[in-house]
Amino acid sequence: MKLDNNSAKKIKKDFPILKNLVYLDNSATTQKPQVVIDRITKYYEKENANIHRGIYKLSQKATEAYEDAHKTVAKFINADSSEIIFTKGTTESLNLLAYALQNKIEKGDEILVTEMEHHSNLVPWQQLAKRTGAVLKFIPVKKDFTLDYKKAESLITEKTKILSMVHISNATGTINDVEKLCRLAKKYNIITIIDGAQSAPHMKIDVKKIDCDFFAFSGHKLLGPTGIGVLFGKKDLLERLEPFNFGGDMIRSVTPEDATWNDLPWKFEAGTPNIVGGIALATAIDYLEKIGMNNIEAWEQELRAYALEKMKDLDLDLFIPKEGAGIISFNLEKVHAHDVASILDDDTVCIRGGHHCVMPLMTKLGIAGTSRASFYFYNTKEDIDTFVTALKKAQDLFKGGKHGK
Amino acid sequence: MESREMYQEHILDHYSDPSNFGTLKTPTHKSHSFNPLCGDDVTVTLEIKDDKIQDVKFDGKGCAISIAAASLVTDAVKGKTIKEVLKLSTKDILDMLQIEVSAPRIKCALIALETIHNAINEKEDNIIGDEAK
Repeated sequence: MKLDNNSAKKIKKDFPILKNLVYLDNSATTQKPQVVIDRITKYYEKENANIHRGIYKLSQKATEAYEDAHKTVAKFINADSSEIIFTKGTTESLNLLAYALQNKIEKGDEILVTEMEHHSNLVPWQQLAKRTGAVLKFIPVKKDFTLDYKKAESLITEKTKILSMVHISNATGTINDVEKLCRLAKKYNIITIIDGAQSAPHMKIDVKKIDCDFFAFSGHKLLGPTGIGVLFGKKDLLERLEPFNFGGDMIRSVTPEDATWNDLPWKFEAGTPNIVGGIALATAIDYLEKIGMNNIEAWEQELRAYALEKMKDLDLDLFIPKEGAGIISFNLEKVHAHDVASILDDDTVCIRGGHHCVMPLMTKLGIAGTSRASFYFYNTKEDIDTFVTALKKAQDLFKGGKHGK
Repeated sequence: MESREMYQEHILDHYSDPSNFGTLKTPTHKSHSFNPLCGDDVTVTLEIKDDKIQDVKFDGKGCAISIAAASLVTDAVKGKTIKEVLKLSTKDILDMLQIEVSAPRIKCALIALETIHNAINEKEDNIIGDEAK
């Protein structure tokens, strides 16, 4: 069903916290619908047991729900459930890769990222490069906040071993053409990794269509609990990859001297996992699928256009591409981003101010940070009206100031 | 607490027209602080003679809270002894500001005082640590 302001208002009622809140910090985390909250409670009230190897019914039931959650996630991104590893979140997924891929990297090899990476898809590769003597290279960001695809073509060479890139920038909302870059990388057998933290919650993801080797995202950014995330990996690659965490559940058999590994995906899920997190993530995905990812994307586009139109009268700089996701990064003239966030907080409008964990990009843009409003499908046009009115108040308050930026 | 209380007229006045803004030509002490989280950037120049702050100026950029606090604290330290200035605490700054500063913004209120303390202690450069998000 196509979403409009009325259906968004109805959807908003599914989220208890949104009753008196204009929540526009969805790139940081999303609010939870009642069904997800209830699923967590139900699990602890009626289903809690450790999974795998329990003979009793309760453990079997928990195991089934946890394994089913992998299937739900697999279907969500068009993968096989053996290719879905549950992690703590995108950051852990990317760190896991940076360690597990280390033995594929030699001195002088190149690791390619973009200039718009979140620190979580930059620092793990910086560190891998330091450990191995590899060279970290960057696909530049152009003045219009999009990637320089021409330069990307010349940066992808036989020296490149890993291409890891953000799908949607959390700072600018730029949607990168990851399909195109993965296709270019295939020519040289480069391992391709997509940071999907900002894309999986907001658009239909098909890992087969993107044809990436790995895809990472977080549960809490798509209505699920914190502490649960996903790493998708192509089966043949995961089979050849050595585990990074060792312990319970990831083994098949252990002798005093050695051990063999469990099947996928359990080989990469050592120790008791975040069982309830995985199960509640599946509930969140069911909820999203019922609405439809394409409908979600379309409504967020409408919100973006509506907000930009309303913001036209304000004196501000925008840091967004012409076409982008539901993220608006801006600086109000003469008002510091943290003052903006504090003032908006008075009208219970939650936005973020700062460098959004993309310090290198902010440095390139010559700014310390921005104010950022990021939308989700439960946001309404009234939310945006409240937001813009509060911005006007902030601007009026600071008229005449000369130090802010 | 409503944070609009933070943006009272005297704060906005100090922000738009701060006291002691600029750089001393012949400082005896100097220090610079930078908070990468928000970009607050403060340089303090001091003239200390006979264990007393004879003159002080600050330069830089930041949010309303940090600039207003810098304006107020530079006014306050003039003529005070080093010992008195080193004793100034968070509470003293909040008393000068006469507003309630929300927890995430305390660092903004303190950056100028911290830089003055560093200048006295001859620590020239300081990067303010913060829980970057």
